[in-house]
Amino acid sequence: MERKKRKVGQINASSMADISFLLLIFFLVTTSMNVGTGLSRRLPPPVPDQQKLKSADVKKRNIFILHITNQDEIIAQGEKTDIHKLRGKVMQFIKNENNDPNLPELITENVPSIGKVAYTKNHVILLETDAEARYQTYIDVQSELVAAYSELRDEFAMKRFGKHYHLLREDLQKAVQIIFPQRISEVQAENIKEKK
Amino acid sequence: MALIRKKEKREMPALSTSSLPDIIFMLLFFFMAVTNLKETTYRVRITPPQAAEVQKLENKSLIRYIYVGQPLPQYQNSFGSETRIQLNDAFADISEIESYIVNERSAMREEDQNLMTVCIRADKDTPMGTINEIKEALRKVYALKIVYAANQRSQY
Repeated sequence: MERKKRKVGQINASSMADISFLLLIFFLVTTSMNVGTGLSRRLPPPVPDQQKLKSADVKKRNIFILHITNQDEIIAQGEKTDIHKLRGKVMQFIKNENNDPNLPELITENVPSIGKVAYTKNHVILLETDAEARYQTYIDVQSELVAAYSELRDEFAMKRFGKHYHLLREDLQKAVQIIFPQRISEVQAENIKEKK
Repeated sequence: MALIRKKEKREMPALSTSSLPDIIFMLLFFFMAVTNLKETTYRVRITPPQAAEVQKLENKSLIRYIYVGQPLPQYQNSFGSETRIQLNDAFADISEIESYIVNERSAMREEDQNLMTVCIRADKDTPMGTINEIKEALRKVYALKIVYAANQRSQY
């Protein structure tokens, strides 16, 4: 008796695509792409040696001196300051709402697409660090400064346009940046001593 | 004229699985693109500092890294436990940064050279003196765009 050849049924593979797409989506969601994060900064270009002696012509009231000591203490304008209070201090300095003669001078200027605004055009934040200060402290201070500026920009945008800064049109964002430019200057401890 | 079809046993047409390899390849390529290979083996111990306001690093091909920290335990016999700088795969001296940056920059395409960013990946306990020296060296070679690597801090 001859055996009947049985047909092997084909496996239905139509769901395979679905399964692999499911996998794809699963991995898409779960993969952390591990993007590096950081604080970006622009260094000032190097100065030729002859110019080094000529100190920049900045009025004293326009300078906010921040000093990080070897013991990781933050000295703001000669006063020991806690890192949490730094942001408020810096914001107060940059804004100078009441036109305080000790705070940076307000200069009224025409800003494109906003109009006349009085702002502390010439303020400078001077950040000095001692050689033994910890990097973490430095980053803390830097990030507080960035936070202060972004808070100021946001506040201004809210007041003027009733919108958050990041939701503004690009040209308005540029204009707000003109009013609150990040003017942070870094000096090494030994340069300061020379000046004194 | 209604035509009533008799229920006949219809055979399911065999599904072509020829697209399956494509799908698998898509998966493969996706993961190939997403996975970032470790660019170097660390010789120094780095715990990045934490910061409240961080930005994402963009254009990875334009970023060059400088690693700063204490040598890992297996290198401490020969290199000591002082903070050291690592460029590419080897320990380096601060004076070597300038030539490193110049070399790396000249290897880039001309239109990208101005966009080069130097990322300083330093341990959070690094003394600022070292960082300042690195910055000074970078300024000398006009590598002015820098990034301090830091992790997002959720709260104080």
